[in-house]
Amino acid sequence: MNPSFIKELQAIVGQQYTLSDRESLAVYGYDATPELESRPGVVLMPGSSDEIARIMRLCHGAGISVTPRGSGTNLSGGSIAGSEGVVVQTSRLNRIIEVDEENLTATVEPGVITSALHREVEARGLFYPPDPGSMNISTMGGNVAENSGGLRGLKYGVTANYVMGLETILADGSLLHTGGKVVKDVAGYCLNPLLVSSEGTLGFFTGITVKLIPKPQVKTTMLAHFPEMRQAALTVSAIIAAKVIPATLEFLDKVTIKCVEDYAHVGLPLDVDAVLLIEVDGHPVVVAEEAAAVEAICRKHGCSFFQTAKNADEALNLATARRTALSALARLKPTTILEDATVPRSCIAAMLKVIQDSAKKHNVTIGTFGHAGDGNLHPTCLTDERDKDEIARAHKAFDEIFDAAISMGGTITGEHGVGMAKKKYLPRLVGESGIRVMRGIKQAFDPKGILNPGKIF
Amino acid sequence: MDYVKLINCMRCGMCLPACPTYKETFLETASPRGRVALVRKLQEGELDQSARLLEYLSLCIDCQACASSCPCGVNAGELVAEFTCERKAEDRLSFMEDLVLRKLLPHPDRLEAAIVPMRLYQRIGLQKLVRTLGILKMFPKPLDRMEGLLTDLPERPLRQVIQADMPARGAVRGTIGFFLGCVMSLIFSDASRATIKLLTLLGYRVITPKNQVCCGAPNMLSGDLAGLKDAARKNVNIFGGFDLDFIVTDCGGCGAELKKYSHHLNEPSVASFSNKVRDISQVLTMHADELKAILTPLPLKVTYHDPCHIAHCQGIRKQPRELLNLVPGLKYTELENADACCGGGGTYNIEKPQMADLILRRKLDTIRATGAEVLVTGNPGCLLQLKKGLMDHLPQVKIMHLTELLAKSIGV
Ligand SMILES: Cc1cc2nc3c(=O)[nH]c(=O)nc-3n(C[C@H](O)[C@H](O)[C@H](O)COP(=O)(O)OP(=O)(O)OC[C@H]3O[C@@H](n4cnc5c(N)ncnc54)[C@H](O)[C@@H]3O)c2cc1C
Ligand code: SF4
Ligand code: SF4
Repeated sequence: MNPSFIKELQAIVGQQYTLSDRESLAVYGYDATPELESRPGVVLMPGSSDEIARIMRLCHGAGISVTPRGSGTNLSGGSIAGSEGVVVQTSRLNRIIEVDEENLTATVEPGVITSALHREVEARGLFYPPDPGSMNISTMGGNVAENSGGLRGLKYGVTANYVMGLETILADGSLLHTGGKVVKDVAGYCLNPLLVSSEGTLGFFTGITVKLIPKPQVKTTMLAHFPEMRQAALTVSAIIAAKVIPATLEFLDKVTIKCVEDYAHVGLPLDVDAVLLIEVDGHPVVVAEEAAAVEAICRKHGCSFFQTAKNADEALNLATARRTALSALARLKPTTILEDATVPRSCIAAMLKVIQDSAKKHNVTIGTFGHAGDGNLHPTCLTDERDKDEIARAHKAFDEIFDAAISMGGTITGEHGVGMAKKKYLPRLVGESGIRVMRGIKQAFDPKGILNPGKIF
Repeated sequence: MDYVKLINCMRCGMCLPACPTYKETFLETASPRGRVALVRKLQEGELDQSARLLEYLSLCIDCQACASSCPCGVNAGELVAEFTCERKAEDRLSFMEDLVLRKLLPHPDRLEAAIVPMRLYQRIGLQKLVRTLGILKMFPKPLDRMEGLLTDLPERPLRQVIQADMPARGAVRGTIGFFLGCVMSLIFSDASRATIKLLTLLGYRVITPKNQVCCGAPNMLSGDLAGLKDAARKNVNIFGGFDLDFIVTDCGGCGAELKKYSHHLNEPSVASFSNKVRDISQVLTMHADELKAILTPLPLKVTYHDPCHIAHCQGIRKQPRELLNLVPGLKYTELENADACCGGGGTYNIEKPQMADLILRRKLDTIRATGAEVLVTGNPGCLLQLKKGLMDHLPQVKIMHLTELLAKSIGV
């Protein structure tokens, strides 16, 4: 990148926060997405939203692209910029500006770590439900930009269900306020949902106001073992059909169980095909009733062992262990390619079968875990980037899995975003008109195309 | 270096919040994920061994908090250390490195002879040698910061005065070889005295071979793998001469190193040595009931700092807490992020004083928040770093080694 342009950027954020040496750039070329890497031109770490606005103005004038970056944990290549691009890391913007107990909202800067917000609001008896597996490091800006889900998505929904207001810097450096603390707002187009899951392509979030709810009084965490995967899948559909909505209904298959247990030592069974991690929360009386109902359904569907966490520590350990599933799978092989196909939850059993069959057909190892209650599975191919043939077979298997998901009325990504990794599948899902409308929206927000180019389409 | 260990990192970032240098800087180059990537790119030829790259890697404290938090089994701290070792193997040791690592540390007499005459009055030499034990920059700047610590130095190193064979009190339960760390002997001799007393009270005969040598951790820190192997062979031989149930140390750093001897030397005698090594807290918890019977009330508000070398390197977290909770009247409060590094890092606080101070300050804030009167820990590096930190910023809080506190409660 042109050194004199870097100087101009440096004048905005300061020398300490301008990284342009080879070594730094080399480690800002990746995020958690396998197989994708590209060094940016420069990395900036601004300390205020005003600095971000000035960066945007300067880059807009010069036609230079800007890629926002939180902690770089996304799984679709969303925070990877090209060699002429500017990466803007939000970590220093990490203040929780306000927790408004009267309006039940919290307002944060984009670099606030998700679990830091959890701690802050839970200390006041409040609750911010979205809890992605990466919550101890993911940023709120990243969560909004990817519309991240989490383990509690089944009952409480995903990030989009909690975003009430956004302060966004647009491509030209101007400021856009959308929504706010009001619970109803029909003035004009509803822009919040458009910005949520925009993957850094429509604007740069500098302020985020989210909805809070009262913290559930109690919760019960349960673990059910199943000798066969199909039994676990049918149990998921049966629980939902029985009108019980657990907060968490997570699925782990045998491969995943083994890897997680190797790391976390929480006593997961090594001799079953699948487990379900189930959490019900709310009023004590309701929780007791729902837990009993869940247990009965599990047993009816062939659960071989049913365990209820004895105390909060045990419950926490189980949930924490589940959060490590993806990384733990990487213990077995150097490269993990994980997908995010999502189907209507009644189709979970069928989807699991497709995954198994594709893995067998293409001779690859796939471990599957995920938010089964949401119909959101993460089939994860364990491979080695040095084995080109196996990688090719893995992609073939995923091709089939995506087609099957689409044919069941599902989607190619439930929570990880399209980014660069799933670009080629998007047209299959949304069709030509879908792409056309999306491009039109991009054009309206960012006519010069400088915000996170090369993502989504 | 094993390339597979490098490509095993799937870049999930789960280790970032655990890394003390990342927490202070938010820089990818100062994160475990970034460090693994730097070493990998070096191996792949994408980067070369620039001064800047080495500088970035040198900011790693080797606290191994990243290893504890990596679900995939990657140990960024160790990979950086391994890389440093390999690079060092190509270079020759510098004059100072040779002096300290080869001529001084492997010879306790010489080490003590070099230090004892200088004690107390010669700030520079003493601080340097004591604090660094293998640290190689001759005149580190922040020397007078340490002066206050020197006042309560023992008259003579414990190794010189300790009885090499201490009989068990009462019925004999077994025999323990005591590994007396250099810094414990030279500075925290009271704690090691307490350790030995506790063990004898519990029915162990305690043998402290006087010819044992430094565990080799400073060699490892400086990338001198050959020196470490020499130290390991000597110690394995010396302790091998006794019929021991356990080899016990009250120095977290030594314990971590001794347990790892078998990673560096693939010999049966080394494996059997390493298998016998225990941190003192591991042995004491085996005798919780006996201890309970002799502990007397100590109405103190106490908190515990997990040394990296005990929690992350040895996976010992429960035992010290269990022991503290045995003491009647003691009010235990858990420290927030108790297993976050204190910034001591062996000699890190002298090599990277700025970063070490930032990390220390974060630790002190959490200690302040507990309202504790006594901070307990189990590693001399932490004792030094935190003692100084408390003295400057939280003088009302006292620091003690775990065994000192237990001995106090027993009244010995
Ligand atoms: C082990 C692991 C577990 C995970 N579990 C889950 C899970 O359970 N559910 C889930 O949904 N995801 C999960 N993820 C994916 C990932 O953590 C989320 O996508 C997360 O929201 C990314 O946050 P980040 O701060 O790392 O953002 P980054 O990866 O840095 O960025 C993500 C995207 O957001 C954009 N962006 C970041 N900040 C801003 C901003 N201020 N304004 C505009 N755009 C911005 C970036 O340009 C990029 O496109 C997991 C990832 C890992 C590695
Ligand atoms: S070292 Fe482990 S935790 Fe850290 S990024 Fe790599 S795989 Fe993830
Ligand atoms: S050893 Fe400590 S300082 Fe080094 S990368 Fe790991 S966590 Fe960070």
